Amino acid sequence: MSLGRAGGRRWTRVAVLGLLLVASGCNSNQSVTNPATTPASDIATLWWAMFAGAMVIFALVLGLLVLAYVRRGRPGSGGDDRGPYRVILGGGLAAPIVVLSILFIFVIRVMPAVSAPPPGSTKLTVDVIGHQWFWEVRYPGTAAVTANEIHIPARTPVNLVARTADVIHSFWVPRLNRKIDMIPGRTNRIELDAPQTGVYPGQCSEFCGLEHADMGLEVVVQTPAAFRAWLADQARPARAPTTPQELQGRQVFLTASCADCHTIRGTPAVGRAGPDLTHVGSRQTIAALTLPNTPSSLFDWITNPQLYKPGARMPGFASLPASTRRALVAYLESLT
Amino acid sequence: MTAIQPPAPAAQERIERLDRIWAERPGFTGWLTTTDHKRIGLMYVAASLVFFALGGAEALIMRTQLAGPGRHVVGPSTYDQLLTMHGITMIFLFVIPLSIGGFGNYLVPLMIGSRDMAFPRMNALSFWLFLGSGILLYASLLLHEAPNAGWFNYVPLASRRFDPGPNIDFYTLALILNGVSSTAAAANFLVTIAKLRAPGMSLNRIPLFCFAILATSFSLVFALPALTADLVFLELDRKLGFHFFDAARGGDPLLWQDLFWIFGHPEVYIIVLPAFGIATSIIPTFTRRKMAAFPLVALAELLVAFIGFGVWVHHMFATGLPQTTLIFFAAASLIIVIPSGIQIFAWCMTLVDGTPEFKTPLLFIVGFIIFFVFGGLSGITLAAVPFDQQVTDTYYVVAHFHYVIWGAAVFPVLGGLYYWFPKVTGRMYHERLGQATFWLIFAGTNITFFPMHISGMLGMPRRVWTYPARMGWGPENLASTIGAFILASGLVLLAANLVVSRFRGAPASADPFGGGTLEWSTSSPPPAYNFAVIPVVTSAYPCWDADDRAADARRLAAGQLVLEHGHETTTTTPVDGHLDDVLAMPAESIWPVTLAAVCTVGLALVISSHYVTALVSVAVAAAVLAAWHAVEPRSAA
Repeated sequence: MSLGRAGGRRWTRVAVLGLLLVASGCNSNQSVTNPATTPASDIATLWWAMFAGAMVIFALVLGLLVLAYVRRGRPGSGGDDRGPYRVILGGGLAAPIVVLSILFIFVIRVMPAVSAPPPGSTKLTVDVIGHQWFWEVRYPGTAAVTANEIHIPARTPVNLVARTADVIHSFWVPRLNRKIDMIPGRTNRIELDAPQTGVYPGQCSEFCGLEHADMGLEVVVQTPAAFRAWLADQARPARAPTTPQELQGRQVFLTASCADCHTIRGTPAVGRAGPDLTHVGSRQTIAALTLPNTPSSLFDWITNPQLYKPGARMPGFASLPASTRRALVAYLESLT
Repeated sequence: MTAIQPPAPAAQERIERLDRIWAERPGFTGWLTTTDHKRIGLMYVAASLVFFALGGAEALIMRTQLAGPGRHVVGPSTYDQLLTMHGITMIFLFVIPLSIGGFGNYLVPLMIGSRDMAFPRMNALSFWLFLGSGILLYASLLLHEAPNAGWFNYVPLASRRFDPGPNIDFYTLALILNGVSSTAAAANFLVTIAKLRAPGMSLNRIPLFCFAILATSFSLVFALPALTADLVFLELDRKLGFHFFDAARGGDPLLWQDLFWIFGHPEVYIIVLPAFGIATSIIPTFTRRKMAAFPLVALAELLVAFIGFGVWVHHMFATGLPQTTLIFFAAASLIIVIPSGIQIFAWCMTLVDGTPEFKTPLLFIVGFIIFFVFGGLSGITLAAVPFDQQVTDTYYVVAHFHYVIWGAAVFPVLGGLYYWFPKVTGRMYHERLGQATFWLIFAGTNITFFPMHISGMLGMPRRVWTYPARMGWGPENLASTIGAFILASGLVLLAANLVVSRFRGAPASADPFGGGTLEWSTSSPPPAYNFAVIPVVTSAYPCWDADDRAADARRLAAGQLVLEHGHETTTTTPVDGHLDDVLAMPAESIWPVTLAAVCTVGLALVISSHYVTALVSVAVAAAVLAAWHAVEPRSAA
């Protein structure tokens, strides 16, 4: 068999292909190799250093295998272990001690950058609470509660407090920082400090049941002024309905069991199981990034959520007349 | 190098007497009652390969579902069951039963020159309990109530509140049963390798495969109690309302994770160590050279098993533990690289310094070395805490551990299937088809698992039943799916080769490859008693000592160490291997399979909450145990 040459070529190809694919991934929004902050960038640097080192070591071992193939016809030393011992102790003991020590120091130096911010060191705290299957977002000190869209100001260290309302979830926005698990009975924290405005996607990365796959979130980094305006809006109670259709929608919301699970501040609806809908009309997506927030997709979602997010806790309301559902959508979309 | 000569008349008479003493019941009932380690080993191989096919089918369904974004081949409920069953099957019903139960059982007594395992009936019980656990798990899948919280089964997702069906009860009780089976098997290997070695086989002459099984057995005995405790806690929480893992009432969900990984990481080495053992068996045979740095390799095998107990927290780097804890476990996870590195260089240097002949079994070992190095290097990146905290629970980790568990742990097993096929069946496999199959499987493995590194780096989490098109993970996933089918077709060819060769293959001699360990000194397939005369060894590669084997033949004629008067084997001292006793071995028995059946039925009753009937099965089990001990081993024929 042509292990040596064909095998060597195969692996060169695979490595080159891999490099190209990883490099092409740099433009992806959820990519580890597309960092937007110092911690994410430190991790990416650590990765590229390890990747380069690993390729060298891998090439050395492949070289030994190719050597074995090339020399296959020749008689060996006849069982003399002195030569092999030198290579085995050099490659298996001495070299790893050196390489791993360097790596260990590198790791310890990066760890502080990705650890939780010291208590009180940040001006802004955001509470994020994982639910099956959405993210509840609270801004302590204000009345603002939202879901799946975390707004933060640019160039401002933010203390993100991660908790869960049910099972274990994991908060992960790769371009901003490492992930942090949300564990019952525990409070974990990480720092978000984004220098640039923009939208940074993330998603749950601990298996949390049926819709683990559709538990997305977005961190929206705004200028500090825009953020302050947004937060002031979100802290206000819900806007009152203005058209007869919106008025009908509000009535439907309060009577058709929606209010059992959802809160709309300023109304009798105080359910806690689902996302707070006080300003749902201002969000870009619904159902944790499953659908865009448009009247037609909201209508489809209310009609049959299981079609778009099988397993979601929300029941379908196909039994309501279409005009009633349209009124409900009109009301919810008016809640900006 | 073969020791099989036409026996002298006196020797022939002794062989016939041994045939009569060691004969077991013929036909199907003979398989139910057998205590022959070879037949038990073959049953392990057959059963675990059936489970392998099932686990592989689960993987193919998942890969079809993930071939593109937003597909709906299966829904999330089915996907989660497939995901969980794939993991449980491959680990608990395939790799461990095949490498330890199958290869270990068949080969260890042959390699150490014994006539059976130390506890033949317990050995049978191990197999039947393992089969019972597999049947329980697959019964749950037929009922569409299979475990669905992942093989790691984190609480509170697996608690009664979030998973009220019987799914998790199947997981818990089947794995307890599986653990009893593995513990019994491990204890059996420990005693067998300590006491039943051939005279002259001192510690430094134990074949490296047996060293690996020894290290694995130690790991199993110490790792499984953590899992069993965890499972018992969970079942108490679920069935009786205890609060071990309930944070609201003073429990802690991280307790599950700690206990699970205290078992789970040694488990990784439990999976991979027998594969190291197979590699160290195949390499010397096909390079005509004893393993380089033999004592260092033996020490490294034991060290891997030992350090493997100190690294479990690297599965929990993202849980918010204190920095000092993380640093300690990062260091331990890096240190374990060293004994692995020593073995890698020892395998490579044996190939470089020997005269390798790249036949199918050795090709699989070369593939194994490549995958182990590659997966080991990606493993080092996961010991680097910040990087792990970034990519843990993504497809990068899926890629990493499939390189290690599939590429490194299973490739030697596949090579071993070819390598020992002539020994077990007495026939040769088809060499050229075997080599072609290797390349297909090798390519399929890379096409399947390499792109997963990239999808993980692009931010794709693990255990998702689907993903949206906007993420752009489609091409990598499509490649993985195509690779999975290439891989599967390679495995079908492998199966076809072995099945056809079983009936049509060229007859194999006792020692077709010139192997160095004792299994090659007896006929293919070996007789029920393995060796007509207990071999006396003077080196680590006794089959390469032609004079010793000739001496064995002379002792057979003279009637020394033949043990032709009873169902017996010899024992030796644990360190020096001096002959110290002759052990009467129990004969075949119906009670192990009966006891395992009663245990399995009893647990099925607990799962379905028929507690009173389950109590009855406890009474029946006690009666079976009494019967087991009431009947003495059959006396000599």
